[in-house]
Amino acid sequence: MCTSIIEIAHAEGMAKRGDEWFPLSHSVVAYDHARHANLGDVITLDFYNTGLDAGARAAVELTLESAKELRAALDRAIAAADYEEAEVRGKGAVISLVRAA
Amino acid sequence: MSFYRGVTCENVTIKGDKGTPITAYTAKPEGKGPFPGVVLIHHLPGWSELYIETTRRFAHHGYMAICANLYHREGGSEANPDDVAAKVRAEGGIADAQMVGDTAGAVAWMRAQPELNGKVGLIGSCSGGRHAFIYACQRKDIDAVVEQWGGRVVMGKEELNDKTPTAPIDMTSGLSCPLLGLFGNDDRAPSPEQVNQHEAELKKHGKNYEFHRYDGAGHGFFYWHRPLYRPEQCMDGWEKIWAFYGKHLGGK
Repeated sequence: MCTSIIEIAHAEGMAKRGDEWFPLSHSVVAYDHARHANLGDVITLDFYNTGLDAGARAAVELTLESAKELRAALDRAIAAADYEEAEVRGKGAVISLVRAA
Repeated sequence: MSFYRGVTCENVTIKGDKGTPITAYTAKPEGKGPFPGVVLIHHLPGWSELYIETTRRFAHHGYMAICANLYHREGGSEANPDDVAAKVRAEGGIADAQMVGDTAGAVAWMRAQPELNGKVGLIGSCSGGRHAFIYACQRKDIDAVVEQWGGRVVMGKEELNDKTPTAPIDMTSGLSCPLLGLFGNDDRAPSPEQVNQHEAELKKHGKNYEFHRYDGAGHGFFYWHRPLYRPEQCMDGWEKIWAFYGKHLGGK
């Protein structure tokens, strides 16, 4: 497969390569043949910084099933984090997550 | 000469699109020639070891070969090709027009070699297969082209953009040399239906082509380091390539 399935998102944070951390500018999600994993087609995650050298990159290759599990875990963690933020700051909570007092 | 021909390999700097210097890996067979030439267009994963090895393979079989780094601008040729390819992917790939300019530079390098027998072939796989077909439709300076499972030869209007403004299939009337196409029937990009469309367009324009479509193989079945590898289909495919280049380039 030679897909054009690719999603690019702004990223603020840091990633690690070797012993060095570097600031991020983007996250890239793609679905294409694996470069390293002994698999056929994979979800690839690349965290990188367009302003740095090409090696400023943290890369992951996951099976579709693993990627779905990761997505679910992210969703759970983000939902909990949103609730935490809303509770601490007293506003902005997602209505469905606001517990009755 | 021994059964295993000696080969000389080196990186050279060629003039790419708009005169931009880019690096290319070259391999020449031992001896004075004359030899036919092959220009390789690497795949989406970049100027990878697979392509460097394949460049040498052609030299072992008596061809001069060159593989330009089409991603040179995105990280130079010292950076890890994987990282550079990821960067290129994130930037939406390279422009078809730039690829044609860079490949023309590689063809020009080949045509300037004193050992050349006057014949130059082109080959590419995956995105490189698509690129090889585009080049053969837009330029008239090669003698034979091999397209290996070129993805997105058939493109919907919604896929067209500034970098890929025209679907390669719509360039078919310009095809300037014989075409050998190798495809896996389990591939999804290109799917067998897309290969049918590709072939129908070649027939419509009366082009000189031969397609070989393999059962039990998907995308990238030549890639010996990937689970996609299918040794039987791959080795048959190589035989098809040697026969095709033997006929059209005078290779032995």
